[in-house]
Amino acid sequence: MMCDFLFSLVCTGEIFELKAELNSDKKEKKKEAVKKVIASMTVGKDVSALFPDVVNCMQTDNLELKKLVYLYLMNYAKSQPDMAIMAVNTFVKDCEDPNPLIRALAVRTMGCIRVDKITEYLCEPLRKCLKDEDPYVRKTAAVCVAKLHDINAQLVEDQGFLDTLKDLISDSNPMVVANAVAALSEIAESHPNSNLLDLNPQTINKLLTALNECTEWGQIFILDCLANYTPRDDRESQSICERVTPRLSHANSAVVLSAVKVLMKFMEMLPKDLDYYGTLLKKLAPPLVTLLSAEPELQYVALRNINLIVQRRPEILKHEMKVFFVKYNDPIYVKLEKLDIMIRLASQANIAQVLAELKEYATEVDVDFVRKAVRAIGRCAIKVEQSAERCVSTLLDLIQTKVNYVVQEAIVVIKDIFRKYPNKYESVIATLCENLDSLDEPEARAAMIWIVGEYAERIDNADELLESFLEGFHDESTQVQLQLLTAIVKLFLKKPTETQELVQQVLSLATQDSDNPDLRDRGYIYWRLLSTDPVAAKEVVLAEKPLISEETDLIEPTLLEELICHIGTLASVYHKPPSAFVEGSRGVQHKRLPGSSAAGVSEAPPAVIPSQGDLLGDLLNLDLTPPTTTGPPPPASSGMQMGAMDLLGGGLDSLVLLCDPQMGTGFGAPPAAMPASFNVPVSGGLDDLFDLGVSLEIPNKMIFVSVQVWLPAMKAKGLEISGTFVRRAGVIQMEMTLTNKAMSVMTDFAIQFNRNSFGLAPAGPLQVLTPLSPNQSIEAALPLSTVGPVMKMEPLNNLQVAVKNNIDVFYFSCQYPISMLFAEDGKMERQVFLATWKDIPNDNESQFQIKDCHLNSDAASNKLQGSNIFTIAKRTVEGQDMLYQSMKLTNGIWVLAELRVQAGNPNYTVSTICLVLEICRIIN
Amino acid sequence: MIGGLFIYNHKGEVLISRVYRDDIGYVSMEQSFGWKMRNAVDAFRVNVIHARQQVRSPVTNIARTSFFHVKRSNIWLAAVTKQNVNAAMVFEFLYKMCDVMTAYFGKISEENIKNNFVLIYELLDEILDFGYPQNSETGALKTFITQQGIKGQTKEEQSQITSQVTGQIGWRREGIKYRRNELFLDVLESVNLLMSPQGQVLSAHVSGRVVMKSYLSGMPECKFGMNDKIVIDKQGKGAASDDAGKSGKQSIAIDDCTFHQCVRLSKFDSERSISFIPPDGEYELMRYRTTKDIILPFRVIPLVREVGRTKLEVKVVIKSNFKPSLLAQKIEVRIPTPLNTSGVQVICMKGKAKYKASENAIVWKIKRMAGMKESQISAEIELLPTNDKKKWARPPISMNFEVPFAPSGLKVRYLKVFESKLNYSDHDVIKWVRYIGRSGIYETRC
Repeated sequence: MMCDFLFSLVCTGEIFELKAELNSDKKEKKKEAVKKVIASMTVGKDVSALFPDVVNCMQTDNLELKKLVYLYLMNYAKSQPDMAIMAVNTFVKDCEDPNPLIRALAVRTMGCIRVDKITEYLCEPLRKCLKDEDPYVRKTAAVCVAKLHDINAQLVEDQGFLDTLKDLISDSNPMVVANAVAALSEIAESHPNSNLLDLNPQTINKLLTALNECTEWGQIFILDCLANYTPRDDRESQSICERVTPRLSHANSAVVLSAVKVLMKFMEMLPKDLDYYGTLLKKLAPPLVTLLSAEPELQYVALRNINLIVQRRPEILKHEMKVFFVKYNDPIYVKLEKLDIMIRLASQANIAQVLAELKEYATEVDVDFVRKAVRAIGRCAIKVEQSAERCVSTLLDLIQTKVNYVVQEAIVVIKDIFRKYPNKYESVIATLCENLDSLDEPEARAAMIWIVGEYAERIDNADELLESFLEGFHDESTQVQLQLLTAIVKLFLKKPTETQELVQQVLSLATQDSDNPDLRDRGYIYWRLLSTDPVAAKEVVLAEKPLISEETDLIEPTLLEELICHIGTLASVYHKPPSAFVEGSRGVQHKRLPGSSAAGVSEAPPAVIPSQGDLLGDLLNLDLTPPTTTGPPPPASSGMQMGAMDLLGGGLDSLVLLCDPQMGTGFGAPPAAMPASFNVPVSGGLDDLFDLGVSLEIPNKMIFVSVQVWLPAMKAKGLEISGTFVRRAGVIQMEMTLTNKAMSVMTDFAIQFNRNSFGLAPAGPLQVLTPLSPNQSIEAALPLSTVGPVMKMEPLNNLQVAVKNNIDVFYFSCQYPISMLFAEDGKMERQVFLATWKDIPNDNESQFQIKDCHLNSDAASNKLQGSNIFTIAKRTVEGQDMLYQSMKLTNGIWVLAELRVQAGNPNYTVSTICLVLEICRIIN
Repeated sequence: MIGGLFIYNHKGEVLISRVYRDDIGYVSMEQSFGWKMRNAVDAFRVNVIHARQQVRSPVTNIARTSFFHVKRSNIWLAAVTKQNVNAAMVFEFLYKMCDVMTAYFGKISEENIKNNFVLIYELLDEILDFGYPQNSETGALKTFITQQGIKGQTKEEQSQITSQVTGQIGWRREGIKYRRNELFLDVLESVNLLMSPQGQVLSAHVSGRVVMKSYLSGMPECKFGMNDKIVIDKQGKGAASDDAGKSGKQSIAIDDCTFHQCVRLSKFDSERSISFIPPDGEYELMRYRTTKDIILPFRVIPLVREVGRTKLEVKVVIKSNFKPSLLAQKIEVRIPTPLNTSGVQVICMKGKAKYKASENAIVWKIKRMAGMKESQISAEIELLPTNDKKKWARPPISMNFEVPFAPSGLKVRYLKVFESKLNYSDHDVIKWVRYIGRSGIYETRC
């Protein structure tokens, strides 16, 4: 921006020159000058200073010059609304020009000058133009109503333009009809309940007639509008379908896709035994296949849509498998989509071909593609039972290649195959175990651990294998830790004699040394189970698991229905409802297929694997659901508030202790010191001291703030970030848990802060090295420095953060506790303290009370020292203890405080004083 | 609808920017960030053009703003929106926009765009109104968007323009006159093949186009006929039975076809007849696709043998499979070599073969080859020893060629021209038909 600024400064000379040329008498010179102005505008130079001079050129009969001036006006009118009024007269005059091209140009441009003041002048000319004799002017005026509505909706309604627009649907010219439809559809979107586009059989008939005659773009507008109509009965539905099907042969892919949308929707209303229904199904396949010979970008859009169509009506394309075979030169985004559809179309009839192809793909170069191909082989095995054996042997072949990511991906899918066909392919376990060391991705490690735990009785050295993972327990990701815990418990239940030590080790690691609530919870639950009733434990942990469903990665039925209504649009490309990416009221209304409620019941919804949040599922260790599942998003267990944790932890704890005497199963008593080692804020009254949720009870100089969800998954395409700020040994850290609740892998994380009051900035890059798979969370600690750029924020401790990943950039803001910024060297010399206290004007003092604190002054001072608030002196006056304290912020600002403690009165009075008033406030 | 349209050069500098809607202008909260996401323009540059990774999707969503892009040589065209627009339409529009620009000033290059920016703005103003695509047929546009400016139009001329731009036949203007009425039909096919090393056809299809150049006076009504199986069978039913058997053999099954907007689709749907009033000059009448009974002009037989860890022996035989009287041209066989190739020795019977290290391939070129012939190449590839565990992916052997027939078997049966108002009849029109078959993606795995 700085650069641009300099640039425009340098050009001041040029601007004077242009000014002279613009005011020249010669037409040619004028035109050249305007061209130069537009050229500068394009490259981003600021030429708004020339506004009056350019507007002066507007009154000309040279159409080209006029267009240039209009272009300039559209760009700068908004920044100079008062000047823009100067142009109004010319516009009004141009709207009455005998040349229709000029009339249209004027009305088109006026709509683009988005200045509120101008709109009232626009109404009269617009009204005339809507009734113009020339269709070119009318079609332009129709769009202009939409423009005006965007600036001032009320005005459009008051002036009755909407009715005029409705009349245009019956216009004799097809293009006018198309534009009127487009404008009405857009306006209707922002008034969901207005019934503006009052579609009835008569209007539908008009639209269908215009459909045959208008431009390709007009056909798209009309088809998209038709898709919003709900026919009254199957007969009407069929007759519309009959008139829409010819569009499937249009050269424009968008026309084809929009026609497909109309047909897919209206087909719902046709009885399935109707001959026409079958004919229609047959007619749909060829055009869809033809879309695949379009340009790659369109292929991508088509493939994303075909993916939806195949899920809704698999019968349409079931014989077309071959066209989805990947070509070597396809762009990667086309390859990945084709692969997806191949799996959806895989059936017993074509599985051999599909497998041969997939094996071929698994040797390609692009890592993502290869992974997906390997995963696809696994999915085929689950989908087509007859092919399972072939798939497994193919996967084993791939494991032999020793290519790291292929091996890992193969192990992940083999785990799913075991789930689907228990006790069938265990012979391959030996081969899998050979590759134990090469696994470095959490998902693969977790899968391998699951396999070892599940088949512990058949693996002789299962305990050794699991023990080897245990060494680095704390460095593992949560997914692996949880899995390891479960696997060892399973092992113990299967071979209790030799694995006691191991199980104790893992339980204590999980419950005592971990600060992950999920892990601790699960640890305690197992511990209690094992200690109270080993038989019940066996029943719970080794219970038979429900089989996983055949179809994975299905879009949830109601969402699918909605997406079918959006075929061809962005929603169908993203596979998300419009409300997920469109701001404001537009597109918020949910579209549904007609008569779908009946259809929905008849087709049994596919059994979806229980998802992570399910407690019972958890105990049954079903958390290793294939990442391809689309269950409802698990509740934010990781974002659980610490307070709740405390209750649970404490409660469990006492229960465990109660059970203690009965422990005859060879269990040692859980360590008595357990509660103390919790890093949970014990709710002492001092909690409230700084009103920011700071608790000061933590022994090892740690300041804790409860974990908050900073970035909910809904706002960030499935990425959830929760976290807290911590000061550990003088280093401020931002501890975050990133959870992937989307359905695709997230990679390339980066973080950046906006300038803030205390110059907080990341001291290093965000350490999220491994890709974050769906339903996985990862913890990351980001050390912060305080030497970044400074800008005052409101409130002072506000921090705006941007997190980037492969999907997008997300913004959130959070507030950090100011106490985090208290430096260790915040102890002031007595003399200095006294002098400073006097220097600071009284106005800068602020007072507040802390209620219900039952600590005496010494204890309080000790506690406070823990968070770098140092007591300099203590005075006792009339039974009141006065503590004088100092703290220093990282940016060198001192804060002095006086804390009055009256014996017997649980309320403290604190006066803080500081040079900077605002800091006083925030500290309070 | 489309909120704005930008054209960038390869460095990410904006050459053309046209904002139709305010909503895309500024993305919330960005200004003070280090990423300098000043607005949509910058966001696209940072996230797509300058992205380190290969483009993973032609549609990118950055801060709730969607960017559609296509690339032509090193120019990026990006359409931006904040709404749930018709994605297929946006891409179609971007392609169309490229076509229009090409029709006006030739190749889409940075220089051409800079030299014609006024024209481009004028075009954008006309073909995209408030983000809604309007008539974008070059024929119509050229009548009133010219670089000379419109001089002295009479009232009739003006209304003629507007009625053409908005009319039912937006692609053709009235009053065209030629001394010689002439038309050229080119049947251009590209034949695609994926074959397994054992010679099994994994997939094969022909995608064909019928391109027409028409120089006809007035508003001629045309009817186009080809050996479409459905049409021939229908006619065969009426005719004598032996006749049907004969023509049935020569007809082809068309999987699907799409037409230029001038063709009356409802008529095709009901009668399967292709009737239209053609645009003036060159345009694409139809596209079609066939998968059955394709004549594969060449067969590639690969033989790759690994001799130890440092040597590969490759032998490739190509066989031409069409009438001996016809000649194939511009034949090129591309045999991929591993990345660690250190040297290659090639012997070929015909043409020239060269190892191109930069492309990791042996390129074998033959100028001409008659039908029913065979030729072969053998090569010894020496490899540098590597400790890379990963196997060489063995990309397929690909082939390029051009043959003077239609591999799908399509034949033009007639193209009739009727113009009732002017006094010329169908047989006064000089008609030319030409068939060209080219290789599309013609690959044999090895």
